[in-house]
Amino acid sequence: MKLSRRDALALALGGAAAAMLPARAMADAAADAIAAFTGGAATGTGGLTLTAPEIAENGNTVPIAVDAPGATEIIVLATGNPTPSVATFKFGPAAGSQAASTRIRLSKTQDVLAIAKMPDGSFVQASSTVKVTIGGCGG
Amino acid sequence: MISRREFIQASLAASTILGASGLSRWSRVMAQQSLTQDQLLEFDSFGNVTLIHITDIHAQAKPIYFREPEINLGVGDAKGRPPHVVGKDFLSMFKLQPNSPEAYALTYDNFTDLAKSYGKMGGMDRVATVVKAIRADRPEALLLDGGDTWHGSMTSLKTAGQDMVNIMNALGTDAMTSHWEWTFGQDRVKEIVETLPFPFLGANIFDVEWDEPAFEPYKIFERGGVRIAVIGQAFPYMPIANPKWMFPDYSFGIREERMQEVVDEVRAEGVDLVVCLSHNGFDVDYKMAGRVKGIDVILTGHTHDAVPEPVLVGETILIASGSNGKFVSRVDLDVREGRMMGFRHKLIPIFSDVITPDTDMAALIDNERAPYKAELEEVVGQTESLLYRRGNFNGTWDDLICDAILSERDAEIAMSPGVRWGTTLLPGDNITREDIHNATSMTYGACYRTEMTGETINTILEDVADNIFNTDPYYQQGGDMVRIGGMGYHIDVSKPIGERVSNMTLLKTGEAIDPARSYVVAGWASVNEGTEGPQIWDVIESHVRKIGTVQLTPNESVVVTGA
Repeated sequence: MKLSRRDALALALGGAAAAMLPARAMADAAADAIAAFTGGAATGTGGLTLTAPEIAENGNTVPIAVDAPGATEIIVLATGNPTPSVATFKFGPAAGSQAASTRIRLSKTQDVLAIAKMPDGSFVQASSTVKVTIGGCGG
Repeated sequence: MISRREFIQASLAASTILGASGLSRWSRVMAQQSLTQDQLLEFDSFGNVTLIHITDIHAQAKPIYFREPEINLGVGDAKGRPPHVVGKDFLSMFKLQPNSPEAYALTYDNFTDLAKSYGKMGGMDRVATVVKAIRADRPEALLLDGGDTWHGSMTSLKTAGQDMVNIMNALGTDAMTSHWEWTFGQDRVKEIVETLPFPFLGANIFDVEWDEPAFEPYKIFERGGVRIAVIGQAFPYMPIANPKWMFPDYSFGIREERMQEVVDEVRAEGVDLVVCLSHNGFDVDYKMAGRVKGIDVILTGHTHDAVPEPVLVGETILIASGSNGKFVSRVDLDVREGRMMGFRHKLIPIFSDVITPDTDMAALIDNERAPYKAELEEVVGQTESLLYRRGNFNGTWDDLICDAILSERDAEIAMSPGVRWGTTLLPGDNITREDIHNATSMTYGACYRTEMTGETINTILEDVADNIFNTDPYYQQGGDMVRIGGMGYHIDVSKPIGERVSNMTLLKTGEAIDPARSYVVAGWASVNEGTEGPQIWDVIESHVRKIGTVQLTPNESVVVTGA
């Protein structure tokens, strides 16, 4: 039986090539995306809910949702992906709610980050660590 | 001549009432008194609602030995907090006497001697006697099953869970939640659920395609004039810890915000009491209790902890009722004006020599076993060592299993999953085929043989360790560390992922594991579809038949620091 590294990990009880790099400051690409969205403005917290699983059941399709009442725009970044930008949601004046959900691909364990632009031009952010593991060993 | 029954003693009477000072009146009775069924059942009825909780039976219909953990490390905030307290520390925390029946039931010290004195525990016929007695006292008591019920024995494997379904139906279960049930496959789960006379609850079980709730989240009962919402929470990490391909249409997860929504929904419906029947595991439930508002009682399961007193988190009480049918919790509540005003609780230990088996249930169990009786009871060998599994690192059952794998599969390194189920055998016991199944029974038991590099092995150990020792309970999956044969290592549990495991050594040569070299590794319980190899119980049986008598030397290959 010839196995790829990923297969071997899944085969063994534990699994998981959870990234060994301790969150090396946020990848430059993510920092660039944030700066482009906020224009360098400081971001606060509160008023934005990011819902994501603690551990991904399948790193290739991770369900996430954002909700920021009143926001005009929300961006979602997968800070550890080679291309961090995931989505930008824009809400017009007629929008009934400022919430969205989608599924994203995560290459490894990382923080998912959402930033909302509020009507007064301020920004708020929320983040959530999503662990990508192959698993096994459930007692 | 004193009979065992007279020798055993104690009233495991925990009568804790909210607001009363001094939580611990759990047991003061002297070890010389005899233990009686009446003492075990003694309970001063309280309030107007009774909950009966049993969980993680793992299909143990007959009485068993089950040694509680010697090592059960808590990390972060959980350090030193129940259930992360063992042995003498546990006894002193709960004011229990060494060598008492409670010490035997709840801790590991001197296990072999105490097991010989006090006998086996559990047995669903004894549990039936206890449940009937509680219902005689409180006819409207709710019986709630926390899951891991259909899996864990040879008969449950042979009947795809049907023996336990029949037993739990006869017991009069009012609701259940789930974990290993799913390893019979989603079609089998649905087939059984359609026949159940009670709801199969899981507020966190969602349809993968539409991301919508797929099972009943809760059930509202009217008992004793009180409206009680029982919310189910299935094991959150089903598709990660167990083979996803067996239940591809379902998604799980902790889904804390969903739990809050459901609690709010039942509160808005005007229920008087909110109970969460959970398979989250103790530390996850502890965290959830502090974050989700409005749950009165969490009946916690999964991590197999038996805690003799309710644990309070804000205004929520956590009840942990052990595993393998060793305990039944009775929780009496005073519920008035939509509020839980007080509680009284007792973790009833099921001493099988003290509690009279219920005749009807005993007959049902024997009937379920009859077709397999000869197969189950066939003696494969003997053990001179105490065989147990529970604990964060290698248990002796795992040492035996790893020896069997190394020898039968001609491997350099063996891996055995750190599950928390698996019953105990005493020195001098026969090892029957059923005993081997009690430590290994599963629907994905193929013993694979493959090659892995040293680096891959390290990655696996690091990953599994993070599932146990991550300081955020929401990232813990609730198993123990993967057991390793043929290789030793050091682990610092206080470190983050990637930094815990070091000094990996091939025991045979004493050489350090080379990250770049390939090693022949064999193991079982792979979550991959299509894994090939003989079933692990056959591997073990073949090994035990060859050696005849199991004699294990103490395993010191794992060095633990940072605890």
